[in-house]
Amino acid sequence: MRNESANVPKRAAALISGGLDSMLAAKVVLDQGVDVEGVNFFTGFCVEGHTHAIRKKDRSRQKRNNALWVAEQLGIKLHIVDVIDEYKDIVLNPKHGYGANLNPCLDCKIFMVNKALTEDVLDRGFDFVITGEVIGQRPKSQRADTMPVIARESGADDRLLRPLCALNLPPTLPERKGWVDRDKLFGFHGRDRKPQMALAESFGFSDYAQPAGGCCFLTDERYAGKLADLWEARGERDYDFDDIMLLKVGRHIRPAPHYKLIVGREEGENNFLSGYRRRFVHLDTVSHAGPLTLIDGEPTDADLVLAARIAARYSQGRTAAAVSVNVHHPSGDSTELQVEPMLPTDLEPAWHIGG
Amino acid sequence: MNGPTTRLDARGLLCPLPVIRTQDKIRKLKIGDVLEVVATDPGVLHDIPAWCRVHGHRLLVSEQRADDFRFHIEVS
Repeated sequence: MRNESANVPKRAAALISGGLDSMLAAKVVLDQGVDVEGVNFFTGFCVEGHTHAIRKKDRSRQKRNNALWVAEQLGIKLHIVDVIDEYKDIVLNPKHGYGANLNPCLDCKIFMVNKALTEDVLDRGFDFVITGEVIGQRPKSQRADTMPVIARESGADDRLLRPLCALNLPPTLPERKGWVDRDKLFGFHGRDRKPQMALAESFGFSDYAQPAGGCCFLTDERYAGKLADLWEARGERDYDFDDIMLLKVGRHIRPAPHYKLIVGREEGENNFLSGYRRRFVHLDTVSHAGPLTLIDGEPTDADLVLAARIAARYSQGRTAAAVSVNVHHPSGDSTELQVEPMLPTDLEPAWHIGG
Repeated sequence: MNGPTTRLDARGLLCPLPVIRTQDKIRKLKIGDVLEVVATDPGVLHDIPAWCRVHGHRLLVSEQRADDFRFHIEVS
C-alpha cells in the first residue's frame, strides 16, 4: 500500500468483472483524475471464455474477453490473475457459507478485494480499491450488512470505495482525504438496473455485457449439482482444474455411485473431451457417428456394456438394432462391443447429474 | 523486424489462460524483447491483441495457421 503523501497522484485498483457495474465504478473514479488500473481474477469457474471456445454452436459468437474489452473502453491497464489454486479454499471452506447454490459470494468478494490489495500485479502500489458493488443488488454478498464485513475482513477497511452506492455508506478514506469528490459518487441501491443503464448512457456506453446467469458457474444450479455429485462420489470435497473444466462440458450421467459417463453433445465438446482420452476409459461408436464418452470412475465389464448402450443411445444409431462401440482403456487396450442402444425410457432421469 | 527472443507454448489452453501466461511471461522480459506465443483457442485472436493494446505492447505478428495461432509481441 502506498503512503498518503498529498503530492503523489492517487492510484486505485478496480475489480473488473467485465460486467456493467464494475465498468461504471471504474469510470466514475477515473473521471475524477485518479490513476485506475483494472484487476480481473480467473477462478476456473468463470463462465466467459472456456465454454464459448469449446462448443461449436457458440463459435460464431463474439469471443471477446469482456474484462479486456472494458479495460480498452476505459483506457486502463488490466491485470488478469490466475487464482485457480488459491480459490479452492474459498469454494471448499467458505466462512460465510454458500448462496442459493455452491456460490460462496461473500467469501469470494472478501478474497478478491484482499487479493487486489496484496497481489503484486500493480508494480507501483496503490491507494485504494474500487468495486462495482451496489447495496441490495445481490442477495448474498451485496447487502447493507455485508458491505462492512467485506471491507473489514479483506483488510481494505476504509480504502474500499464503492462509487455506485457510496452515498448510502459512510465516507471512505479516499472521500475524506479529497482524493475523490463524494458529491460525484452515487447512491444506487436495489436490483433495479435502470440507474446503471442511465449512467452508462451518460458515459456513451451502449455495448456492454449483461450476462443473464451471472459470470460464475457456481451460481448455476446444474453446475453446482454436478460439483456436489463429484464430491459425493469421491467421498471428499476436493477438485482440480480438469475436474471443474469437465463439469462444464457434456451430459453427465451416473448409472451407479462408482462411475459416471461424460457424453459429448456436439463436435466441439467431443474434440475437447478427446484431450482427456489418455486419462479415462473412453468409448466411441464405430458403426454409426456418435459422441465421445469418457468414463470417470471404476466401471466393471457389465458397467461398460451399460455405458456403451447409453453412448449408442446418443449416436446416430439410436434406432438401430445394434451399434458397435469401441471401449478404449488408458493402457492402450481396446475392445469392440455390439450393443443394443438404450431406449430413452430406460435411461433413469435420476442418472442425469445436475438435472 | 526483430525475431522472437522468448517463446510461449500456450497450445491446449483455453482463454483467458493464454493471455495470463503471456502477461506473466512479459513481466519477466525487458523493453524491446520479442515474445512468440503459439496458442490453439480461437479466443486468442481477439484477446491477445486486446491485451497488447491496453498494455501498450506492439503486436508485430498475428497469424492464423492450419492448426494454431501465432503472435509476436514486442515489449514496450
